[in-house]
Amino acid sequence: MKAMRGLLLFIVALPLAGCQSVLMSPSGDLARQQRDLIITSTVLMLLIIVPVIVLTLAFAWHFRASNKKATYDPDWDHSTILELLIWSAPLLIIIALGAITWVSTHKLDPYRPLDQLAPGRPIPADARPLTVYVVALDWKWLFIYPEQGIATVNELAAPVDRPINFKITASTVMNSFFIPALAGQIYAMPGMETTLQAVINHPGEFEGFSANYSGLGFSGMHFAFHGMSEGGFTQWVERAKRGGGDLSREAYVKLAQPSRYEPVHTYATVAPGLYQTILTQCVDPGSRSCMSNTHPAGDAHAGDMDGMSMSSRTD
Amino acid sequence: MPDLTKLLFGRLTLESLPFHEPILVGTFAVVALGGIALLGVITYYRLWGYLWREWFTSIDHKKIGIMYMILGFVMLLRGFSDAIMMRAQQAIAFGDNMGYLPPEHYDQIFTAHGVIMIFFVAMPMVTGLMNFVMPLQIGARDVAFPFLNNFSFWMTVAGALLVMASLFIGEFARTGWLAYPPLSDIVSSPDAGVDYYIWALQIAGVGTLLSGINLLVTIVKMRAPGMTIMKMPVFTWTALCTNVLIVAAFPVLTAVLAMLALDRYVGTNFFTTASGGNAMMYINFIWIWGHPEVYILVLPAFGIYSEVTATFCRKPLFGYASMVYATVVITVLSYLVWLHHFFTMGSGASVNSFFGITTMIISIPTGAKIFNWLFTMYRGRVEFEIPMMWTVAFMVTFVIGGMTGVLLAVPPADFSLHNSLFLVAHFHNVIIGGVLFGLFAGINYWFPKAFGFRLDRFWGKCSFWLWVIGFYFAFMPLYVMGLMGVTRRLNHFDDPSLRIWTLLAAFGAFLILLGIACTIMQFYVSFRRRVELRDVTGDPWHGRTLEWSTSSPPPPYNFAFTPRIHDHDAWWMMKKYRYERPLDGFLPIHMPHNTGTGFVLGALSFVFGFAMIWYMWLLAALSFLAILVVGITHTFNYEREYYLSADEVRRVEQSRTELLASHV
Repeated sequence: MKAMRGLLLFIVALPLAGCQSVLMSPSGDLARQQRDLIITSTVLMLLIIVPVIVLTLAFAWHFRASNKKATYDPDWDHSTILELLIWSAPLLIIIALGAITWVSTHKLDPYRPLDQLAPGRPIPADARPLTVYVVALDWKWLFIYPEQGIATVNELAAPVDRPINFKITASTVMNSFFIPALAGQIYAMPGMETTLQAVINHPGEFEGFSANYSGLGFSGMHFAFHGMSEGGFTQWVERAKRGGGDLSREAYVKLAQPSRYEPVHTYATVAPGLYQTILTQCVDPGSRSCMSNTHPAGDAHAGDMDGMSMSSRTD
Repeated sequence: MPDLTKLLFGRLTLESLPFHEPILVGTFAVVALGGIALLGVITYYRLWGYLWREWFTSIDHKKIGIMYMILGFVMLLRGFSDAIMMRAQQAIAFGDNMGYLPPEHYDQIFTAHGVIMIFFVAMPMVTGLMNFVMPLQIGARDVAFPFLNNFSFWMTVAGALLVMASLFIGEFARTGWLAYPPLSDIVSSPDAGVDYYIWALQIAGVGTLLSGINLLVTIVKMRAPGMTIMKMPVFTWTALCTNVLIVAAFPVLTAVLAMLALDRYVGTNFFTTASGGNAMMYINFIWIWGHPEVYILVLPAFGIYSEVTATFCRKPLFGYASMVYATVVITVLSYLVWLHHFFTMGSGASVNSFFGITTMIISIPTGAKIFNWLFTMYRGRVEFEIPMMWTVAFMVTFVIGGMTGVLLAVPPADFSLHNSLFLVAHFHNVIIGGVLFGLFAGINYWFPKAFGFRLDRFWGKCSFWLWVIGFYFAFMPLYVMGLMGVTRRLNHFDDPSLRIWTLLAAFGAFLILLGIACTIMQFYVSFRRRVELRDVTGDPWHGRTLEWSTSSPPPPYNFAFTPRIHDHDAWWMMKKYRYERPLDGFLPIHMPHNTGTGFVLGALSFVFGFAMIWYMWLLAALSFLAILVVGITHTFNYEREYYLSADEVRRVEQSRTELLASHV
């Protein structure tokens, strides 16, 4: 009996714990819409899943061999109406879900500029998105703020209710840039750039990490993401400027060496064009993987070396 | 002198042996002692000759099927050891405690766990059941190419042995089970781990592909007269579709691994970041194989459930035709969904929606199948024998996994759930709840056919309940953790509040451990009680399909006379119309000879793979040459077949007649 109570507690605790989790109570508008989508889809599917589970158990019990009262119809194996029903019921659900999928996938495309800050709050006309370049290194995160001219390692901040435009790449292997409270993840890949447009609606400290296994130091690839007021963000930038060194190419090469559980640190200045050279793998211009070396000057593809063509986008 | 060492041993040195890893040294000691004990027992009872003549060189599809099952079960023990080590690590590694497995070791374990469970547990078991059951179901005397069958098996064994060798010589890949570049390229993974991965899968892949061709040809060409395609048993139908998938998908795996090997061995740039290579291509290719692979595993399981449900509900399967169409639709659609494994790689919204919607469409035929089993139970007489218990547990469990799968197919939802423990919970939900439950149902169902005695019910029930409850404890917490934004493949957590969930999951894994122990106990107890549990009729469950018309175990030639088929559920019809077993008029039966060539080729392939992994070029060249020589020599073997005399057939059939008479 006690074991049964424990089991019951377990069954009740599961969904409760799920409801309070970060994905179910996010702080960014994109993540909130993704949460709503998860709930809508689940409810839609439960319409068919719950009856199936109940019927399975009910049929198995009622038609057990020892129940002689149950009807036994040893040759019954076809019913056109039932067959139509069992194909069309899932079909209807999938038509509904497919429509939701088409619309929401376009609406919540991480590349698409935001159309609202939160429900009922359109983007102000004067809003300037904050651009952040994200580089996944072995095994830490580098964030470059081109507008502010600073860079940070394993710490990220953004003002509340200001659209953020992340440009994401990696130094050597694949990672995935993921802040569950803010928005869904997107891969960070060497020699390629992915994009995430998002906004944080509540101040606070949120967890970010790599969601794609990238080698030995992977478990330590965490960073804190701070949602801040405009004033707080300006102070944060000032602090970074005061405390930090210079992220020159040499400093980057040193930083890019594999390390695990890298502590937070900041850079007051960043070498011009550093992100583009990281993206094209040309921080060491003689490197075999540097993309301007791959295509000799005058090559027809040489013109492709701007940021756009580095996109992993395949549509 | 160093040159000679290098020529002979390549990059293999004494340092490659993991003496510094106490866990591995301990494991090695246990495996070595167990191995010596096993060899000792075999030698003591003088079983070598018997094993070699009756099993290793056998080209009887039934014996090869059984050997596949044994391989799968042994590898299940290895893959499960990996699982319980991971669960233990995740249950203790919080905050300052880094656990007992450093990432160097832990990352090999989760890679090996995935590779072993898919390639060397699920695949051999599925292939084993198809091998054993399908020819009997279609009234054939063997598969189309009996020697190829034996050869395929030994190639699979060679691949499995390479993975096992990596435990004690060098290391296994630390890349995750699909070895995505750039992590798996020579720069990021210079050691032998990824090479073990590549060669183990390439060698086993040869076996899988050849076995796929073999079974496909068998189904297409060797059905008993009258068995038109819409009269085939459902398990045979699913075997047909699975083998179509194998033949079409495995070459993609072979090609993509060959390209990865070229990148690593000769410096090509298929998937490198430099010189025009593109890792995204690898990810696309591997999933063009990988997604059909999921259906390669689950379709035969669906076939098993169909046979089991019809048999134990004492009714024909509801909606045979729609079951067949659903299977075919799944087969086709399984090629149109691969991109859903990487919505987060930056494809456009239209591409993502397309693949999301095709994925959801698969749930329609799958849903229809579930309903078909449901309505087979309706107005049936459901007998809760062990296979039926697994089937009911499957129906309840699998729909949950199906639901979370469709949820993951919605791209924006996937952006939040991708690579999380939610995903891990989902695919274990469908692979354990779908494939593994099916395999257990199939093992309990066909065991009497294979060995002539039923499996013990008590231990079967213990195993069933421990597995099912253990599964829920092990994976439901992972769904919750996924919603908490916890990603997969972590070997350490900062947040202590997560610990309750990893502890619950570890408890679930412990229950499954007990479940596996009960399965072993079930085999042991059943063997001890084999006289009591004996199946003299050949038809212990009142089956519906042809395999139950033979004796248990069936004679080497399966059928003295090729049956004529008039309807599906052929054996049920034969019983209904009071079929009489013919007692004379036997003819000599054309049979293939056993041969050791498959074993030798498998052994040489193992040596070749091992040599390639360690850069022992001389040995690699010699073993490759030997493979060619043995293969070509075998084509000059003209004594491949013989006739089993009519007298011998009469003697075997007569003994069955006596057995049947003694029973009644």
